[in-house]
Amino acid sequence: MTVFVIRRLMQAFFVVFLMSVIVFFGVNIVGDPVYMFVSPDADQADIEAAIRRLGLDRPIWEQYFLFLKGAAQGNLGDSFVFGEPALKLILHHMPATLELAFSALFLSIVIGIPLGLFSGLYPDNPVSKGVMAGSILGFSLPTFWVGLMLILLFAVELGWLPSTGRGDTASIFGIQTSLATWDGIRHIFLPALNLSLLKISLAIRLTRAGVREAMGQDYVKYARAKGVSTSRIIFVHVMKNIMIPVVTVMGLEFGSLIGFSVVTETIFAWPGMGKLLIDAILQLDRPVVVAYLMIMVLFFVLINLVVDILYSILDPRVRLQDQGA
Amino acid sequence: MTAVLEVSGLKTHFFTHAGVVKAVDGVDFSVNKGEVMGLVGESGSGKSITGFSIIGLIDQPGRIVEGAIRFNGDDIAGAPEETLKSIRGNRISMIFQDPMMTLNPVLRIDTQMMEAILAHEAMPKRQAWERCRDALGLVGIPSPEERLRAYPHQLSGGMRQRVSIAIAFLNKPDLIIADEPTTALDVTIQAQIIYEAQKLTKQTGTAMIWITHDLAVVAGLADRISVMYAGKIVEQGETDDVIDRPLHPYTVGLLGSVPTANNRGERLFQIEGMTPNMLALPKGCAFSPRCGFASEACQVPPPVEQVASRELRCYHPQSQVAAE
Ligand SMILES: Nc1ncnc2c1ncn2[C@@H]1O[C@H](COP(=O)(O)OP(=O)(O)OP(=O)(O)O)[C@@H](O)[C@H]1O
Ligand code: SF4
Ligand SMILES: [Mg+2]
Repeated sequence: MTVFVIRRLMQAFFVVFLMSVIVFFGVNIVGDPVYMFVSPDADQADIEAAIRRLGLDRPIWEQYFLFLKGAAQGNLGDSFVFGEPALKLILHHMPATLELAFSALFLSIVIGIPLGLFSGLYPDNPVSKGVMAGSILGFSLPTFWVGLMLILLFAVELGWLPSTGRGDTASIFGIQTSLATWDGIRHIFLPALNLSLLKISLAIRLTRAGVREAMGQDYVKYARAKGVSTSRIIFVHVMKNIMIPVVTVMGLEFGSLIGFSVVTETIFAWPGMGKLLIDAILQLDRPVVVAYLMIMVLFFVLINLVVDILYSILDPRVRLQDQGA
Repeated sequence: MTAVLEVSGLKTHFFTHAGVVKAVDGVDFSVNKGEVMGLVGESGSGKSITGFSIIGLIDQPGRIVEGAIRFNGDDIAGAPEETLKSIRGNRISMIFQDPMMTLNPVLRIDTQMMEAILAHEAMPKRQAWERCRDALGLVGIPSPEERLRAYPHQLSGGMRQRVSIAIAFLNKPDLIIADEPTTALDVTIQAQIIYEAQKLTKQTGTAMIWITHDLAVVAGLADRISVMYAGKIVEQGETDDVIDRPLHPYTVGLLGSVPTANNRGERLFQIEGMTPNMLALPKGCAFSPRCGFASEACQVPPPVEQVASRELRCYHPQSQVAAE
């Protein structure tokens, strides 16, 4: 196990390094940020001063080297716009995104798994057929469109829920979160639901497919032949088996929840990292874009690692140290 | 002798889109206390479905359409699910073919053994656990405590099948249905497993139905043999009689395909033709297209006849000696 974790961390380090190259050089190709930060009537001297101030006068490989040097010390550069460290900005916006992503994950699990279980056990039931049709919609409707429809219905027409911002926050374990206040929960519900729709559909499909497959397995028939009760067969024999793929996939999807939150945050004006990123892209605030992407890479690598470990706990057949590099 | 199980006129059919599959089509047999009956036949002949019918585990689109299954005197064919559940794994237990597939891969052996006890009897977990440990000891598993903590994949195939046998005997059932329990194992292990099963049936007086497609396996194990073909039992009798003087052409064929000391080096006989298509069985005797002795008479389904001490479905019994 320890060997496995160390090896994975080394791989992760390599991946992060590689991504830093791609991200840094990629971002430097698009647009020239200088013109965003000097007034339109600035003369050549002003422009050159700005270029020097932003460090853009140096050759790109040197910029990259300086970036790496800073990154090694936990400094991903200063935002062109705010003049503050990019990392600090991102960390400041991270809790809002994380709580949104976690809420969405929570919704997709508590809604998706029971629905998938039901439709897997009773595939011919009309409810199951409705659920399956709904999951197809969940997969195919674009997130931003569904978001707008949710706002239109629940916020504008019915006036039940607010549609923008984070609402009141309070602190749980020292973290400021909307989930700690009723107003906050009212605010997070629509964006979380919007973000989770795709994952609910995914959870439904995964669970249903898993249940249908497991119910046909010999071990289920054998358990029945032992006289084991139906509920025990479903919740112990079947669930324990299907939780393996479901947890793995849902866990891996957590990264993409954070990624997709860019769209949802924009629609619901949710003050998270995604909104910060969109603003940074529009303003060509390179350090923030680079820092965001680097943090996302770290996230994905970390999530993969956690999922692998979880997987090995759930599935006794998996021995982490046995897996090759 | 008292019959533990009496099956009469059992018909289990599957109503598929392509048509009705008469997987079991009029089967009669009985098993006495402490007796081992070998149920032999080719793949698809309806052996497993016969077994599953007995414990009431026939799923859609199949169902028992006719017949009685008297277990300890009560007809349990079509009994309420609650009744059947209390019998399954308790009074009648089953051993499946592939121990790789039948033990749940993500549950520990102790979990899977103890649930077989706790499903039928309320008792402290500790007590159930001890019973499991002792049961594993009985089937010759070394250091049972350790094995109980293991997951199925940590045991060898033979070990897993011993676990299944231990589970089958856990609640001291009256009848065990063993559905090809050794087919997936290699020959030495197969012999050991048969030995353990035989020993335990002798000790406990449990009756057993041993399902197999291999006559050689049941020759040394079963008291009686029933040969099944296309959903019907075509020949049934004492093991020695059936082996020494097979009457039904199909049994003769099955015996010819078993390697013995006498036919060593010779080419093994193989029954000609294909296993029948259960959706389009030939009219009359289902074996007639493959039978070398078929005659005009065989166009009408042969009824069960008592020949000597045997039950037979054939117009032209083979061994002259027994036919007299
Ligand atoms: N669910 C089902 N739907 C339709 N037909 C079925 C179903 N289950 C079994 N059958 C048919 O019933 C017949 C008997 O099957 P069964 O499993 O009893 O055969 P078997 O004698 O046990 O063969 P094997 O040696 O391969 O295990 C087969 O022809 C099979 O096609
Ligand atoms: S009844 Fe006729 S066809 Fe059928 S096994 Fe006997 S001889 Fe062959
Ligand atoms: Mg079978």
